[in-house]
Amino acid sequence: MSAPTAAPQPTTDADDTNVHVPNRRNLELGLLILALIIGMFAYANVDLAVLGELPANFLAVGGIFALLLGGAHVAVRYLAPYADPFLLPAAALLNMLGLAMIRRLDLADQQRAERAEVKAPSPDVVPQVTWTALALVLFVVILFVVHDHRRLQKYTYTCMVLGVLLLLSPLIPGLGTTVNGANLWIRLGPLSFQPSELAKILLTIFFAGYLVVTRDSLALVRRKFLGLGIPRGRDLGPILVAWGVAMAVLVFQRDLGTALMFFGLFVVLLYVATQRRSWLVIGGGLFVIGAVLGYFAFGHVRLRVQVWLDTWTYANDQGYQIAQSLFGLANGGLLGTGFGQGYPQFVPFAKTDFITAALGEELGVTGFMAILTIYGIMIERGLRTAIAVRDPFGKLLAVGFATVIGLQLFVVIGGVTRLIPLTGLTTPFLSYGGSALVANWMMIAFLMRISDRARSPLPDGTVDASGRLS
Amino acid sequence: MNHSIRRVGLILGILVLALMVNINIQQVFMAGETRDRPGNQRTVLEEYDRERGPILVGSDPVARSIPTDDQYKYLRRYSAGPLYAPATGFYSALYGATGIERTENDVLAGTSDLFLVDRLQQLLSGRESKGGAVGLTLNAAAQKAAYQGLSGKVGSVTAIDPSTGAILAMASSPSFDPNLLSTHDLAASQKAYEKLESDPNKPLLNRPLVSNPPPGSTFKLVTTAAALESGRFTPSTIVPGPASYKLPGTSVELKNWQGTACGPGGKTTLTNALAVSCNSAFAWLGNQLGQDALRAQAEKFGFNMSFTVPMRSATSRYPTGLDDAQTAMSAIGQFDVTATTLQMAMVGAAIGNNGITMNPYLVKEIRGADLQVLQTASPSQFATALSPANAKAEMNMMVDVVENGTGSNARIPGVEVGGKTGTAETGPGRPAVAWFVAVAPGDSAKVAVAVCIENAGGRSEISGNGLAAPIAKNVIEAVLASQ
Repeated sequence: MSAPTAAPQPTTDADDTNVHVPNRRNLELGLLILALIIGMFAYANVDLAVLGELPANFLAVGGIFALLLGGAHVAVRYLAPYADPFLLPAAALLNMLGLAMIRRLDLADQQRAERAEVKAPSPDVVPQVTWTALALVLFVVILFVVHDHRRLQKYTYTCMVLGVLLLLSPLIPGLGTTVNGANLWIRLGPLSFQPSELAKILLTIFFAGYLVVTRDSLALVRRKFLGLGIPRGRDLGPILVAWGVAMAVLVFQRDLGTALMFFGLFVVLLYVATQRRSWLVIGGGLFVIGAVLGYFAFGHVRLRVQVWLDTWTYANDQGYQIAQSLFGLANGGLLGTGFGQGYPQFVPFAKTDFITAALGEELGVTGFMAILTIYGIMIERGLRTAIAVRDPFGKLLAVGFATVIGLQLFVVIGGVTRLIPLTGLTTPFLSYGGSALVANWMMIAFLMRISDRARSPLPDGTVDASGRLS
Repeated sequence: MNHSIRRVGLILGILVLALMVNINIQQVFMAGETRDRPGNQRTVLEEYDRERGPILVGSDPVARSIPTDDQYKYLRRYSAGPLYAPATGFYSALYGATGIERTENDVLAGTSDLFLVDRLQQLLSGRESKGGAVGLTLNAAAQKAAYQGLSGKVGSVTAIDPSTGAILAMASSPSFDPNLLSTHDLAASQKAYEKLESDPNKPLLNRPLVSNPPPGSTFKLVTTAAALESGRFTPSTIVPGPASYKLPGTSVELKNWQGTACGPGGKTTLTNALAVSCNSAFAWLGNQLGQDALRAQAEKFGFNMSFTVPMRSATSRYPTGLDDAQTAMSAIGQFDVTATTLQMAMVGAAIGNNGITMNPYLVKEIRGADLQVLQTASPSQFATALSPANAKAEMNMMVDVVENGTGSNARIPGVEVGGKTGTAETGPGRPAVAWFVAVAPGDSAKVAVAVCIENAGGRSEISGNGLAAPIAKNVIEAVLASQ
């Protein structure tokens, strides 16, 4: 941990023993109200555009969300009063925009069913709202139960075992189900569950706890090569294991996105823990080797790359999704068609992987940029928390969560917008899917717990200088 | 660790920035290109969002859009189905548009600059925008007569107003029902399209404009025009008309279809040679005039040229680089000479219009969404094919064909009808093509018709008179009765 570059700033009450640290909860409240207004405006907009009338339950829904978000806010005031004020409103806004788009796509499904004179599918927005409520409850529970994030370090290896089990659970016969060609779901009775979403939290905790302990030996340099410190041979073990697990996920679950995310996360944390750039280079090299192996060994990886390079040739078969996504984005243009005015339902899986294509079509590049900016703020606040917190475990944990959001975002939106080959992942907070939503809200809870720790006054009433960074 | 955390921040920042740059590229800079790509249903749906303007024949909307409650807001309906299909074409969500639906799309969709003021008003008033209407030159009665006449046959009919070039009838057989392709049931639309595509008689082919078999003896009208224009021949000039003509430079004898000489002592007048469709006389005439004179004359009628009516017609050909035997064959509309019925109707029309060939056109007027006329077609001359005197002389020769010669089935009591029969070989084992070109009335022509039956079966001038002439007669009667 390096010392802060800025000296402690004198405050007017610098002589007081009780230094007043603004907890900025009122800022959070203001932003939450703004997010609620935007979310409810989107809901009204969708129904007015598609059905021509304000939804009958508009006030009731508004009340429910005010209650849920207000409850979360009040809980934060008591349980984590110094937590970062931007994370909760940013996540809430994305969550509500996702719900509005899922509602809009539900209406499209309904209309299609009416035209075909078949029974309308049950709306997806209802379970997603339930999941949102559950996720917010869990958010509060985590803040309540986990008083100090450092206690998580005790569960480093428990998290590893659970995380790896979860990650591999779809392979258990009778439990796993194949969705869209990838084995990344498990089914328990009526509930289907994407274990990799929960695994990403458990494995982040594991990586952080493990690297805190081993970082000193991993940082040892044997010799210099091309200006880079090359680690000792036996220290390569962990990264090779991580690489092997990622490759196993790729081979057995055919899930490129998850493999990419976990390996990227591990490399980033390894780099932060050791501060050795050589790990980034080694990780990058292993990634290239894995990519080349995957390309030549697996038809589905090769196909993804071909479709990416030559989308329009495959526009009617394997590239249909991505072609429809690009048609939608082009249709949206600068300002978008407006909610309910475009054709986002043409894109297969518009509610899950392709929800940003739907938002890009109806809100335009303007709305899409705004959404990316909110994610940018979320990642930035996560990293700021990592810089501000004093314990190395907390630093790694916060960097890990910010990285997970960032990598997942890049992999899925990059795929949807044809920046990189398409791999299946859900968009954090926006996509339909309960397990992902719950997991992402849990990450926000942990990040807020860490940031509360970073910014709260020390027990003796003074403030650590690094804690003043906000 | 803070240093490396900042580095990670930089990396993640670059990733988010890359996403931002990329969506700007996709949604703004490449959006136009992406929108225009084939298979983009959204562009089609956008068009379906507006009420597309009607296509009118007289005041009858033969194609119009009616509101529906499915995802495409308007359905394109064609009131008379296959009758007007060669003119209207079809408008399909799957297969795009053809015919007037395609060439006049900017008017029908309301995107034409003609509607700039209209659109601005709609924008300001918030009224729903509607497309404009396209009025066709077609004569409903003539179109019906032409289409019914072709019933059960493979072929086409084109009728033109000689004085303007306005297309009065363009019928194709077999035709297709555009309603089957404009349906919003895309699976049904695909099935219908695939069936039409695989039909050996090619119902989707717009025969009046693009089917160009050899014109056979109807091309003798062009040879006659060239002869008269050369100044060396008049209708009463005596020309040789033996039972056969030895093609120069070969040992091939070109026989008359009758198998006998065209007049006593193997000689006849030019008028009679045309009346009995004398092959030996016209082959000889072709060699007297030469291929260049024939080609120049053909081109003044519109050969070797594609017309935009506004659909593009196929080029009717008079070839180059012929030897004497080929020149002789070309003079009777064989060898590599080809013609559409549009082209042969233009030949008849020029003869009936004092020798002036008019540019053919199908769009009479363009109307706004309120049906107010915004633009009216102005007829234009293409070329002068004949002097007025020679045109009059050839017209009289054509009347003689109907009254005393091979075109007897085109006779209409009380009306002077000029005509010319034709039969063309299209190759060994393939059915002969029967032709008839007519223009009437003799003193001031109101209509020129060309009929082509592509699966005539029989040989000789008899099939031109037997199969094609009655259709031409009905079309002429329909036009004259409606005036």
